[in-house]
Amino acid sequence: MSGAELVIVGAGPAGLTAALESAKSGVEVVLIDENERPGGQLFKQIHKFFGSEEHQAGRRGYEIGYELLDKCKEAGVKIMLNTTVWGIFNKNTLGLVTQNKTKILQAKNIILATGASENPLAFPGWTLPGVMGAGAAQTMINIHRVLPGRRILMVGSGNVGLIVTYQLLQAGAKVVAVLEAMPKVGGYQVHASKIRRAGVPILTSCTVVEAKGADSVDEAIICSLDSQGKNIKHTEKKLKIDLICLAVGLSPLAELCWMAGCKFKYLSALGGHIPVHDEYMQTSIDGLYVAGDLAGVEEASTAMEEGRLAGVAVAHSLGYITKQEMEERKKVIWDSLQFLRTGPFGEMRQKAKNELIKKWSK
Amino acid sequence: MNMRIVEHPILGKLEKKKKIKLWVNGRQLEAYENEPIAAALANTGLKVFHRTQELNEPRGIFCAIGRCTDCVMIVDGQPNVRTCVTPAKNGMRIQTQKGLGKWSVKK
Amino acid sequence: MTKKSRSIPGEVSLKDLENCPGYPAEERLEQGPVAVIECIEKIPCNPCETACPSGAIIVGKPIINLPRLVEDKCKGCGLCIAPCPGLAIFVVDKTYSENKATVAFPYEYLPLPEKGQVVKGLNRKGEAICDAEVIKVMNIPKNKKTAVVTVAIPKVYSNQVRNIEPAGG
Repeated sequence: MSGAELVIVGAGPAGLTAALESAKSGVEVVLIDENERPGGQLFKQIHKFFGSEEHQAGRRGYEIGYELLDKCKEAGVKIMLNTTVWGIFNKNTLGLVTQNKTKILQAKNIILATGASENPLAFPGWTLPGVMGAGAAQTMINIHRVLPGRRILMVGSGNVGLIVTYQLLQAGAKVVAVLEAMPKVGGYQVHASKIRRAGVPILTSCTVVEAKGADSVDEAIICSLDSQGKNIKHTEKKLKIDLICLAVGLSPLAELCWMAGCKFKYLSALGGHIPVHDEYMQTSIDGLYVAGDLAGVEEASTAMEEGRLAGVAVAHSLGYITKQEMEERKKVIWDSLQFLRTGPFGEMRQKAKNELIKKWSK
Repeated sequence: MNMRIVEHPILGKLEKKKKIKLWVNGRQLEAYENEPIAAALANTGLKVFHRTQELNEPRGIFCAIGRCTDCVMIVDGQPNVRTCVTPAKNGMRIQTQKGLGKWSVKK
Repeated sequence: MTKKSRSIPGEVSLKDLENCPGYPAEERLEQGPVAVIECIEKIPCNPCETACPSGAIIVGKPIINLPRLVEDKCKGCGLCIAPCPGLAIFVVDKTYSENKATVAFPYEYLPLPEKGQVVKGLNRKGEAICDAEVIKVMNIPKNKKTAVVTVAIPKVYSNQVRNIEPAGG
């Protein structure tokens, strides 16, 4: 097979660590990202990460982003920005568009680290300006430094909903409520506590039923849900808001995997249809790997470890490291991943990952 | 209106950046050079970026990362420009787009 | 502490807290400044353990263990407040004066309050329950943008005040 030794699609946390891990073993890496700067979602994360010191605990996401970037540059990784990979053919050929020109790039190995996208939530009025993803609001405030609204309704109390609520408060907005359709808060207690003590109500068993406004949202109608998740009549309330943020989950951006013909498995704990992969992140197609949210929606910390795993596997596949070295490095990374996937939140993801890998391990 | 976050407890003070002028539906607006067009427009309180073909419904920013195309506008005659990922340049002419827009750029 | 035992979504009841290993007993609270770790949910995390210079916080392994406060080792120095990524650690001093106690808490908003200001003390629901005099505001580079604010409040509220209304309202 001819072509570049390794092409990585997506320069978020998983793509960056995959690039570093393989480059440090001598692999020639091409790292591609459609944005004008790498880092994926890391640069929006202005809160401190959990974990232990080796997992960057206490560091804010954007600091980690800058560091990984610098290291990639030092390692001589070729980074192509403003470059969209629009297709994958014959399992080893990528179609790119960069600077309005189409290019074809062949690769001996490909790691897809394209992340995930926010789920929509449809209700009357959801298409009005003033209804956006929670991640969108986060991009606006933390990257572009513009507040997209002043009185905000957050829909969803998972970690994204809770964290973005906190960040909206830090940006100077008022969050009038966080709605959660389930009877209990979805995200970490400590995130919920932070916003509660700032006076933000969390309304459980509650959902948004309509967004109203002429050319943009100025009112939201919310109502309570019964134990079956059905709207309870006569519990509607009106909220005066100018922005509704939807934080109702993420789904892997798996188009390239579909195109390539990868096998998938549906696992709701990981965000939906996940490309099946083995314990080295290789998919059902030889030479095609996945890492990060694409391989199951988790966190930046697990994305970084999975990127490393794929990088190690490719380094070995190209003959740069021995099988023994690969296995040693794999063990360290796996220990780390297992450690990150502990506790009541992590266990579900660990279980789902095990199912995924069991299905495909050689 | 000004929705700019000038001081931030974590991100610090907004850096001084070069200001440029954009023409938006005939009106002149200020922006920072190279920030996404959508950010400059959102800063002024603009909400409607385009209108749908059949029902003329308003659409604005939804994903903010160039995936959903709700924010497309006509920029310097070219329609379907994703304003949330397109850097603003001095003198750009931006218009609210109706439907799929028309290509008026001569090649 | 599982999710099921939480009484009200997003709120930590005093009962949940008093039962958690990071919460000091009343006797220790009466003795002087002490850390109050309001961490009741198992997530893999341990910067508090590394931050404490006195070995008064034990997480151990596996690091999903809830942090345990070793009361007699804790000096109430407050070095654990800023490093906690969950902003869940406070220092309470019930011996500040006859009628007042102090609460030190992490604060990541603007404007930062100023020493001497009197603001409203908020409880865990964000309700203003008393006046709070700002005694100290610390925002040092080591704490990476997490300021630590100390307020003096009526002693009776020392187990409730965990935040303040933004200075300036």
